[in-house]
Amino acid sequence: MHEMSIAMSIVEAVADRARQEGCARVTGIELVVGRLSGVVAESLRFCFDAASRSTPVEGAELSIEERDAAGSCEECGARFPVESYHASCPSCGRFRVRILSGEELAVKSITIE
Amino acid sequence: MCDTCGCSPEGGAVLRKPGAEGCHLHIGEEAGHHHHHAHDGHSHSHGHDHGHDHGHTHGQARKVEVEQEVLLKNNLLAERNRGWFEARKVLAVNFLSSPGSGKTTILEKTIPMLSGEWPVAVVEGDQQTTNDADRIHALGVPVIQVNTGTGCHLDAQMVQGAVRELELQERSLLCIENVGNLVCPAMFDLGEAARVVVISTTEGEDKPLKYPTMFHRADVCILNKTDLLPYVDFDAEKCREYAMQVNHHVEWIEVSAKTGEGMDRWKAWLTSRLERL
Ligand SMILES: Nc1nc2c(ncn2[C@@H]2O[C@H](COP(=O)(O)OP(=O)(O)OP(=O)(O)O)[C@@H](O)[C@H]2O)c(=O)[nH]1
Ligand SMILES: [Mg+2]
Ligand SMILES: [Zn+2]
Ligand SMILES: [Zn+2]
Ligand SMILES: [Zn+2]
Repeated sequence: MHEMSIAMSIVEAVADRARQEGCARVTGIELVVGRLSGVVAESLRFCFDAASRSTPVEGAELSIEERDAAGSCEECGARFPVESYHASCPSCGRFRVRILSGEELAVKSITIE
Repeated sequence: MCDTCGCSPEGGAVLRKPGAEGCHLHIGEEAGHHHHHAHDGHSHSHGHDHGHDHGHTHGQARKVEVEQEVLLKNNLLAERNRGWFEARKVLAVNFLSSPGSGKTTILEKTIPMLSGEWPVAVVEGDQQTTNDADRIHALGVPVIQVNTGTGCHLDAQMVQGAVRELELQERSLLCIENVGNLVCPAMFDLGEAARVVVISTTEGEDKPLKYPTMFHRADVCILNKTDLLPYVDFDAEKCREYAMQVNHHVEWIEVSAKTGEGMDRWKAWLTSRLERL
């Protein structure tokens, strides 16, 4: 399950940042998870508890903002929301969609003390 | 636990070299810090949890805007690998599929087709065993097995560690066979120049729709085991259509690694990329 390695990457990145800021504990993390990021928010939450155990991040509150995805049609130029990579253009029906957003997987902010 | 020396790399990957008994190398991927020490002729990288109190007086909580990609560390390492490959004119290709689609068999057929023209080296990723690396070793090309243990994908750090153990030649092909899995390996850039997804005729033709992330991020999709088409209910045209719907830039190549049918087209794709190095 890659959510475990993703959770470990979050813990590592966040703990490093807290150290740089001269803080020993992380009490909150805001994450941005795009619908096309390949990460399931619920699995990530589940893995986060295990990944953060005995680290400066243990017990931190994880808030996940899920972002919708958008694409544009390479044929007719229309822009529209997409649910997955299997997306067709609502104007011309073609499956030639360029993904514009929704692949993000980022730490937006941390709360430290 | 490491079965050679009894150490516990705690989820870290282990590299093994066929034909060099007892030679292995641990790659740490723990959240704690790493240190390296060598013993018994092989080196280790162990992570340690400190858990000691730094004795800070806990002041006020404050919020820090970070705006950082979660996989930044992997992505930076992957970019470093990519630069390293480009500088040495090595074409690195990441092979991905479900377990058993035929990645290793395709490599076993591809390597002799290129031999004499292009040097090849291989990194094999599997949770356990050196079976796949042994099959490649039998062809006489340099190969490193990465055993990921419980890990379900290769990452850029494992590839960096493996590549250090291979003496890659200039103007050569590096084949990286990922762990058989259509989900997790899609997330992890290794620094490859191209991604090749293999699907076989014994799977469902709707695989591209079920695993869109993997197919969306591929450069080539190989349909393997076409020799079985007369015996299975697999609609190759439908599968191609689904793959193109998820990724209209993907190169579609049908082969039978067993009979060699279609392998000339695959070789042509590879050599056209090699000639551009
Ligand atoms: N009929 C037929 N069988 C094939 C073909 N290619 C591979 N196989 C068989 O499929 C099985 C799995 O092949 P492998 O090459 O080990 O598959 P893999 O993708 O490397 O498997 P993992 O590394 O375990 O994920 C073996 O029994 C192969 O002999 C083919 O073109 N036709
Ligand atoms: Mg294999
Ligand atoms: Zn996984
Ligand atoms: Zn359109
Ligand atoms: Zn060991």
